[in-house]
Amino acid sequence: MPTIEVPKEKWSGKVREITLGATAADGGTRTKTVTVGGETTLPFLHFEGEIPHQPVIAIEVQDRRPADWSPVLLEAWGDVTDDVATWAKAAEEAGADIIALKYTQHEDLSPDHARQTLRKVLDATGLPLVVFGPGQAELDNEVLVAVAEEGKGENLVLGVCEDKNYRTIVAAALAHGHMVDARCPMDVNLSKQLNILISDMGLPLERIVMDPTTGALGYGMEYGYSVMERLRLAALQGDGMTQQPMLVTPGEEAWRAKEARTEEGVPEAWGDWGERAVNWETLTASTLVESGADILVMRHPESVKRVRAMIDALMSE
Amino acid sequence: MALSGLEIYKLLPASSKNPEVKKHANCKECGFPTCLAFAMKLGQKQAELSQCPYVEEESKSKLEASAAPPIRLITVSADGHKLEVGNETVLFRHEKTFYHQPGLFVRVKDTQSDAAEVAKAVGEYAVDYVGMDLTLDGIAVAADGGDFGATVAAVKEACPFPLILLSDDPATAEAGLKAAAGTQSLLWAATPDNWEAMAKLAADYKVPLVVRVDGGDLDSLAALAEQVKGAGVEDIVLDPGVRDYASGLAVFTQLRRLALKKNERSVGYPIIAFAGDDPVLAGQQVAKYSGFVVLDGFSPGTIYPLLVMRANIFTDPQKPIQVKPGVYEINNPQPGDPLMVTTNFSITYFSVANEIESSGIPGWLLVADAEGMSVLTAWAAGKFDAERIAKSVKSTGIAEKLNHQRLIIPGHVAVLMGELEEELPEWEINVGPREAVDLPNFLKVQWG
Repeated sequence: MPTIEVPKEKWSGKVREITLGATAADGGTRTKTVTVGGETTLPFLHFEGEIPHQPVIAIEVQDRRPADWSPVLLEAWGDVTDDVATWAKAAEEAGADIIALKYTQHEDLSPDHARQTLRKVLDATGLPLVVFGPGQAELDNEVLVAVAEEGKGENLVLGVCEDKNYRTIVAAALAHGHMVDARCPMDVNLSKQLNILISDMGLPLERIVMDPTTGALGYGMEYGYSVMERLRLAALQGDGMTQQPMLVTPGEEAWRAKEARTEEGVPEAWGDWGERAVNWETLTASTLVESGADILVMRHPESVKRVRAMIDALMSE
Repeated sequence: MALSGLEIYKLLPASSKNPEVKKHANCKECGFPTCLAFAMKLGQKQAELSQCPYVEEESKSKLEASAAPPIRLITVSADGHKLEVGNETVLFRHEKTFYHQPGLFVRVKDTQSDAAEVAKAVGEYAVDYVGMDLTLDGIAVAADGGDFGATVAAVKEACPFPLILLSDDPATAEAGLKAAAGTQSLLWAATPDNWEAMAKLAADYKVPLVVRVDGGDLDSLAALAEQVKGAGVEDIVLDPGVRDYASGLAVFTQLRRLALKKNERSVGYPIIAFAGDDPVLAGQQVAKYSGFVVLDGFSPGTIYPLLVMRANIFTDPQKPIQVKPGVYEINNPQPGDPLMVTTNFSITYFSVANEIESSGIPGWLLVADAEGMSVLTAWAAGKFDAERIAKSVKSTGIAEKLNHQRLIIPGHVAVLMGELEEELPEWEINVGPREAVDLPNFLKVQWG
């Protein structure tokens, strides 16, 4: 009878352990913090290494009722989207580990609005926060600098911090005790380079999460998937500049896809809209969990529930 | 594991210890000047071993074994529909590519009155994704105390795809195999208790056979596979008996590593996985090393995302899917209709083209050669800049087909506007929406 020896890799590297949020003891007001990273093997291979912290889910809430969200999403959340504080509370109840506060582009967007909105969310929930600007470099700088000041000491993750604006965002994080979400367009070397540039400014690597950019299912997901696998392999092989935990945004990307947004004029073979839309986000997120995501920013409560169930199952040895 | 040229050389006549064979060293009868030169060509798969008339039997079997793929290719088929799985060479798709996407099968039971209807729906289901026709691959018929043979016959009649026969009772399984005559079905499963009878069936009916153990016990699995192989069944599929996320991922990863990195022949076969009614688990099994995935149910709103997921993971990362650069006419455009530019990455092209097409608005779509990258990636890589866009405007001669000189560029590259106005001084540059999905509305407002 053959005896099979289970093949194990001997990895020399380890993903960095990073803690989001700060409680009163550390100068913040969060009732709990969230720690991610620390893996010494590929995702969920418990027979080979340690997975000390499970991947976590951030639920996205926006500073005002989203004008362009799929009705499937708006129906799921109902009236809470009218008020960001109520929404943040509902997100916490829906099982969020982290609240992802996203500012959108509108005429009332100003540093004051940014401050007030952040304050409301900080008061409404005790969870750590990831904060995203509207996604346009100048506006992002304006919003995120105000957010950094208002949330001083909260150890927020400020995003997105890209090649073109990282100096401003990193300076704000340094000045007010925050972290950054370092995003690069699906490229291993660019990710490394941005981590180097940011840490060269004096922000410790323990305060950087790495965002390899997410493609939705059907819209380039496999590119991000493979870049993440390569980054994680490099991290385990000991490349210190790729050892940041990874943040991905399957919610935003999946709900941008026509499959999730639209009911009209689509092929019959696409099936039931609500079912398809939730599956679109769920499968985008779950596939990225397999490739090493540590923080998933998601939108639909049902997708969150399913991905959470998957992660729980993968963590049970 | 393939042998190197030098390792092969040690097995050829020039290296033989037998004088009767050794005397043919460098005889040139193979068409190469020396045994070493022939060995090198064999190593590069540019020559056939049969070209050497003097190679010893022992060497021959070693060489043939080394040429076998580390994960055996398994074929199931019916009515001309053929599915091949296995023959994979890497653990991560970026290392090369994944070659054979796992077959997705929907399970019906022989106690289920609508088994044939489900099978028919599965057989008829097809969905277009970036020009590819995505379909499921077959039906798994489960013996559950009903009339197995009759159900298999009805399913085979209703659906032209290959079958998996789920029964570990040899008599029931044989009834199924008889009913499935004319197809190459997969038989599940030989267990440590029934393997002799099941192996005989698989050999008699010439079908691949699943070997099944409980709880991911790889020693028993390898032993059972060897036993079945000893009984004359070469086409084997593995069911290590794990159904949950964590042990499924661990055990399937171990099996893939054993086959590829340890060259462990006793488990060098594709894996069959059971996802129940959980598309997320099915997704894990697709990405992580299954050859067959069996689902309990069929619903388009779940199957379509899963088929796309599989297509994505099994896309060859070495060659981005591209469309041909040039001018694409959508909805029969006239000289006064809008001109839009995008890149030649297939997913980008299809997203944009689909939106314009479904809006019913006629338009000209200029596809620039961006080396198969999406708009943002190409822009970041310098493959979709003002110069390249201007070049494609000029080289396609699109201006002659229009009575206007307005060009709509993707919103994501709005920054190119200034440079483009310099490159194309005669043209008015308009910034379109960032996402294709917003194009119809943009066109209605801006062009309507």
